[in-house]
Amino acid sequence: MAELLLILLSAALVNNFVLVQFLGLCPFVGSSGRVETAVPMTLATMFVLAVAAVGTYLVNRYLLVAFGLEYLRIIAFIVIIAATVQFTEMFVRAASPVLHQMLGIYLPLITTNCAVLGVTLIAVSEGLSLPHTLFLAAGAGLGFGVAIVAFAALRERITDDAVPEPFRGPPLALVTVGFMALAFYGFKGLGG
Amino acid sequence: MVPVNRFTEAAVARNPAAVQLLGLCPLLAVSNTVANALGLAVASTVVLTGSALLVSAFRKLIPEDVRLPSFVLVIATFTTLVNLAMEAYAFDLYQRIALFVQIIVTNCMILARVEQVASKESLGRTLVDALGTSAGFAAAILILGAAREALTLGFPLAALPPGAFLVAGLLLAGVNVAAARARRARERARVRLPPA
Repeated sequence: MAELLLILLSAALVNNFVLVQFLGLCPFVGSSGRVETAVPMTLATMFVLAVAAVGTYLVNRYLLVAFGLEYLRIIAFIVIIAATVQFTEMFVRAASPVLHQMLGIYLPLITTNCAVLGVTLIAVSEGLSLPHTLFLAAGAGLGFGVAIVAFAALRERITDDAVPEPFRGPPLALVTVGFMALAFYGFKGLGG
Repeated sequence: MVPVNRFTEAAVARNPAAVQLLGLCPLLAVSNTVANALGLAVASTVVLTGSALLVSAFRKLIPEDVRLPSFVLVIATFTTLVNLAMEAYAFDLYQRIALFVQIIVTNCMILARVEQVASKESLGRTLVDALGTSAGFAAAILILGAAREALTLGFPLAALPPGAFLVAGLLLAGVNVAAARARRARERARVRLPPA
């Protein structure tokens, strides 16, 4: 149990997927304009992460490894993730059309969120068991959520500030993320 | 002249990294040294060019409704080929950047070029666009890699993850300054020298 918690905390804070491992930056920058879209985006990503982690674990173990097809791993995993995202999109559209509109293009783009593929590939390359894989996925989702909500809150505050012309937009966003990453670097002392 | 224009437009005016902010994850993660940056730039070039040419060759046969899944599968296939080739011929480099070579498949820069250009245009135009986009990405990741590796000498933070964001943000601001200066110079030249 302690080991599982360690994996969760490590993925969420010490080795934060976005700020330390550079995974999932596109949606991080793209849908962090407002806190109201950052939260549902996180929930959708966490759901996809969990389902994709279980799906890829089972396919890898009982199909790819069992039949010696490991070289098909990237192709198989991206298909599973795309199917999971499709399913999530259908679910969100039925459950909340408003939310579906708000997330727009970023919902189908979870397929190309490299954090999702990254989690599944890391889990396989480190030979994690199913519970370990699930906790890694949960930690990655949590870390993505913490970072994107904090970043969205920061961006809401700095949009109206008088920023020097060359720093408007993306450069300021990158510098802001840099300082957030610096803050997260403080978690290194936690071990993991 | 036309191919040259298309090439520079794809590489400079529409630079995938600096202007469109696509492919940020590999750009920031693998720019800690120039050697790693070069390895990933070559791998991305092969995947983008190969996928774009294949999609362009079969563009009239791919049904509209399933085009995105088809594109992703084509890109995944080329990513797999590049991974196997790197593992066989450049194992040391591959060990350092393996995860990011595997997730080239999720690089939105590649899917964007395949969807916007390769699925509609001829082989020649697709090739020029793919090479231009790759050159733009390679230039961005190599400049960032060189800046971070040089800064590390006096400023060790540059090699660490926070440094990647900070150096990239400052470089991008520098690009904006240079672009604004060039724009002003062009406007001044136009005022002084009215076209004959």
